[in-house]
Amino acid sequence: MYVAVKGGEAAIANAHRLLADRRRGDRTLPSITIQQVVEQLGLAVDRVMAEASLYDRELAALAVRQARGDMIEAIFILRAYRTTLPRFGYSEPVDTATMKVERRVSATYKDLPGGQLLGPTFDYTHRLLDPSLIDDASVKEPAVKEPGERVMRVSDILDGEGLIEGDGRMPEGHVMGDLTREPMEFPMARDLRLQALARGDEGFLLALAYSTQRGYGRTHPFVGEVRIGEVEVELDLPELGFAVSLGVIRVTECQMVNQFMGSAKQPPQFTRGYGLVFGQSERKAMSMSLVDRALRTDEFSEDIVAPAQDQEFVISHADNVQATGFVEHLKLPHYVDFQAELDLVRRMRRDYDAARTGGPDDLKEAAE
Amino acid sequence: MDAKLKQESPPDMARPDMARKEGMRLLARASFEELNTAWAAIADKPDVSPVRGPETGLVMVRGRIGGGGDAFNLGEATVSRATVRLSTGEIGHGQLLGTDKQRARLAAIFDALFQRDPDRAAVEALHRQIAARIEAEDRRTAEETAATRVDFFTMVRGDD
Repeated sequence: MYVAVKGGEAAIANAHRLLADRRRGDRTLPSITIQQVVEQLGLAVDRVMAEASLYDRELAALAVRQARGDMIEAIFILRAYRTTLPRFGYSEPVDTATMKVERRVSATYKDLPGGQLLGPTFDYTHRLLDPSLIDDASVKEPAVKEPGERVMRVSDILDGEGLIEGDGRMPEGHVMGDLTREPMEFPMARDLRLQALARGDEGFLLALAYSTQRGYGRTHPFVGEVRIGEVEVELDLPELGFAVSLGVIRVTECQMVNQFMGSAKQPPQFTRGYGLVFGQSERKAMSMSLVDRALRTDEFSEDIVAPAQDQEFVISHADNVQATGFVEHLKLPHYVDFQAELDLVRRMRRDYDAARTGGPDDLKEAAE
Repeated sequence: MDAKLKQESPPDMARPDMARKEGMRLLARASFEELNTAWAAIADKPDVSPVRGPETGLVMVRGRIGGGGDAFNLGEATVSRATVRLSTGEIGHGQLLGTDKQRARLAAIFDALFQRDPDRAAVEALHRQIAARIEAEDRRTAEETAATRVDFFTMVRGDD
């Protein structure tokens, strides 16, 4: 248990001053600007927005810089900032079908309306360090081509044949939950689980998703589609009586197609997992969709045999702000607690020593 | 299936509230410079008094399960908003993503000016300017994306 301590103000102030110095680093080098972080470390910014659960590129870049590039610290700072702002309302659900697509790939269909659009991807790079980046070599303008037909959803193609379950529906009368308003309770409905996964730690979700592939709750997945691009955010204005656009945000969506289920009442069809994440982050969106599907055990009457299927385990440990808070609090003063433990172990040692000089009967008693 | 392909049809500008809605969509995407330059160019500016804000807060952004199913809460976004009243009586609302309160206030002023016959043409010109910029940006992105379109060839297994 942590017990409050007093004192140390001067040392703490100096430690923070030292932190500010180390953050700035060598003063002969130019300081990096927020816009530089936004433009050149964009995927770090995206991760901070996703896991802080707050979409604001500038503030996320500020957090990255303030945290010296420590992602979880940056996420913590941004998450804390959001608690200082009032909530204006809930947006209309974003429509990913009308996304301005910047990347879209499908692993299930080679030829599909809209095509395979690689976009700005690390895929097919050789992962070799590029020395030309050391010297800030000039970068070519992107190639351009006449855009093709509209990008169609893969789930709609399969849906046309009735071979896949529909987009997710909650039971009749279900009231949408909001993790930022109500404490967590289990069992947790799918809408709340998706909210938790969307802000969950990328590394944790990646490991869980990987575990399902290795046999701990296998779901036989195919990437129906991953798409990245901008969607419009609309907010209903009661004073006007219609919804207005607030602007656009970039999101990554993953439609995972999983092995079929059927029953006496329903013909076999593919099942699905869904991932939707702020910014460009297909690793996270894919992991989220795999874990979403693994967690749907109640809907498909699956036995819970693996960690990725256990919603209380997954959801309770996915939030890295909570996790780091509890793990890192261990380094705060626990002096009183530890003194009590120290006293206890000394007393036990005395009893143990006394028992050894006594006899085997006494030893047995001490052990109990 | 076609119904799901929801073509983006242009809003019906004959309806006044739809024209205003479309205008607000564009003002939300306007840069500070675009708004400020247009404001500077308005002759006989009416007095502007604040009704609400400008203020920054949060909107919980929602998604849909599977892309088209029931809604869930995805995460929040910063939003700045303002409501203003012109000395000529019109009330305007500005609301946009981000923390830029001055942009929100200017957007509210232009929403109010849009309702004033003498200024409507100037606001519509601003709308067109913003729309043209967004269209050019979107077009450019679409062209860059199209250049990365790939056709994978499936190799037949066991073929020589």
